[in-house]
Amino acid sequence: MTKHAETSNPAQAQGQSSERHRTSRHHWVAFGLIASFVIIAPQFLYPIFVMKLLCFALFAMAFNLMLGFGGLLSFGHAAFFGGAAYAAGHAAKVWGWPPELALIFAVAVAIVLGAVFGFLAIKSRGIYFAMITLAFAQMAYFYALQSPFTGGEDGLQSIPRNALFGLVDMSDDGVFYWMVATIFFGGIIFIYRVIHSPFGEVLKGIRENEKRMISLGYQVQRYKFITFIISAAVSGLAGGTKALVFHLASLVDVHWTMSGEVVLMTLIGGMGTIFGPIVGAAVIVAMQNYLADLGSLVLIVQGLVFIVCVLAFREGIVGVLAKLLKTRL
Amino acid sequence: MMELLGISVQALLGQVLLGLINGSFYAVLSLGLAVIFGLLNIINFAHGALYMMGAFVAWMLLTYVGMPFWVALVVSPLIVGGIGMIIERTMLRPLHDLDHLYSLLLTFGLTLVIVGLFQNFYGVSGKPYPIPAALTGAVNLGFMFLPIYRGFIIAMAVIICFATWFLIERTRLGSYLRAATENPEMVSAFGINVPLLVTLTYGFGVALAAFAGVLAAPIYSVNPVMGNDIIIVVFAVIVIGGMGSILGAILGGFSLGLVEGLTKVFYPEASTTTIFIIMALVLLLKPSGIFGREV
Repeated sequence: MTKHAETSNPAQAQGQSSERHRTSRHHWVAFGLIASFVIIAPQFLYPIFVMKLLCFALFAMAFNLMLGFGGLLSFGHAAFFGGAAYAAGHAAKVWGWPPELALIFAVAVAIVLGAVFGFLAIKSRGIYFAMITLAFAQMAYFYALQSPFTGGEDGLQSIPRNALFGLVDMSDDGVFYWMVATIFFGGIIFIYRVIHSPFGEVLKGIRENEKRMISLGYQVQRYKFITFIISAAVSGLAGGTKALVFHLASLVDVHWTMSGEVVLMTLIGGMGTIFGPIVGAAVIVAMQNYLADLGSLVLIVQGLVFIVCVLAFREGIVGVLAKLLKTRL
Repeated sequence: MMELLGISVQALLGQVLLGLINGSFYAVLSLGLAVIFGLLNIINFAHGALYMMGAFVAWMLLTYVGMPFWVALVVSPLIVGGIGMIIERTMLRPLHDLDHLYSLLLTFGLTLVIVGLFQNFYGVSGKPYPIPAALTGAVNLGFMFLPIYRGFIIAMAVIICFATWFLIERTRLGSYLRAATENPEMVSAFGINVPLLVTLTYGFGVALAAFAGVLAAPIYSVNPVMGNDIIIVVFAVIVIGGMGSILGAILGGFSLGLVEGLTKVFYPEASTTTIFIIMALVLLLKPSGIFGREV
């Protein structure tokens, strides 16, 4: 038995390393494709539309860190996204802060919210966790509805984009686009690094077999809690950026339908894949854009897509693609 | 006029009454969710949408067929319950062996479709539904006037909750149900058709939601989004009462409605968030909920 293991080990190790090599080459290709899209897109697409897409892609990616890699379905991510949108809006509009500081403040607010919700919810699992996060997010929604600071039903309107570092004028969409693109890349590279760090490996271990990880001596609750905060922080970054893109933070951003949308994006792109949420966000944002004139039909179509994905397409677009290419994407 | 802590007794009792009415809806809705959760182990996100559908079906029956409230109170839950059974058979059953999160996501998708369909055909504005003639007016209780219909809602909710509790805890059918919750394989080995039991249970839980919807129709306007926010409050009620606990759902529903009503008197700003704050406290002190056994 031991002898066999000794003899087969080097070959196996070699096989694994070449597979890892191949996978990482695929990831470089994927990053290259995303980068070229981001660079070329403003030539033929409306910049606001692409910026919206990038914000939601980042949001979905942050969400997927929890669902796909931590195995935790949060139904309350709208609280971080929308809460940070209000925070960025308030900082830029009322305090007149430049965008980079407004976004740092937005992320800080998301982290605080994430720490509070996470502390209360993280001990629960599965459906229970989903319900609790949903309920807390609804509390945030009611708060936003009533509090004077959020502007209630009107939301925070005409949020200015002040000069970056107090120097570079950001009011032009074409200029601001590059800032959003930079934030997007920073965000996805950060998430990519988290997934491929030892921390990420432990996280995947918890997703696969939590009891075993506990018996191996890992502080499972702590890992989940930190993941929750990372996910909230990046969701907040996405939400804050979105508020600056549209000059608007409103109740839509904190409502549970937003939490549902990010779940749908992740599901359709492929949960537990690295690039799936980006593809899913692109599909949903494009769909909303083209169906915008049809009013409540958007809701019906989105619901149907949800149902079809759950019943027959659980691997998602990128999940299927990865299977065809026999790799991990 | 009597005063208590600077608040008139009339105002206090008025809010207590409103709280009890909201509590009635919370109780009936969370009871339906608890029944479904007990056997299927899923959380039915579409519960709010089906509550709305119950109200809408009653409105449609009145508007298109002229069916009176009393008949609709039975027919609408039957129709919606039937739709529920079709949903269970065609969509939830294939997901039974997978992670239960998929069922939650499926019912979320269903919510979007149902709400979207009604919005598409009827718009977002409310449809009025008259209070049945026999229940209009108010009685003088000596210390306050009680609108008869509101008293009727509370009475109906108490009756339906008690009947459901009795059905589950004290009858033979209920004992099958509880046994199937504990160990479905064993129960089906004894010759009981468990899949049928599951379908009927889902249909029953959904019918309870529709029943609450019909009760709500005359006092709230019937509109496609009426179930959107109440469902999440009900989720919080379930977390507080204890997941899957019948008694927890009923008592939790009524008492949290009452607490919400009282908050409106003493500290109106917090009235919408009270239940969520209580939920946070319960999670800290007893994570399995007040009547729950385990998480």
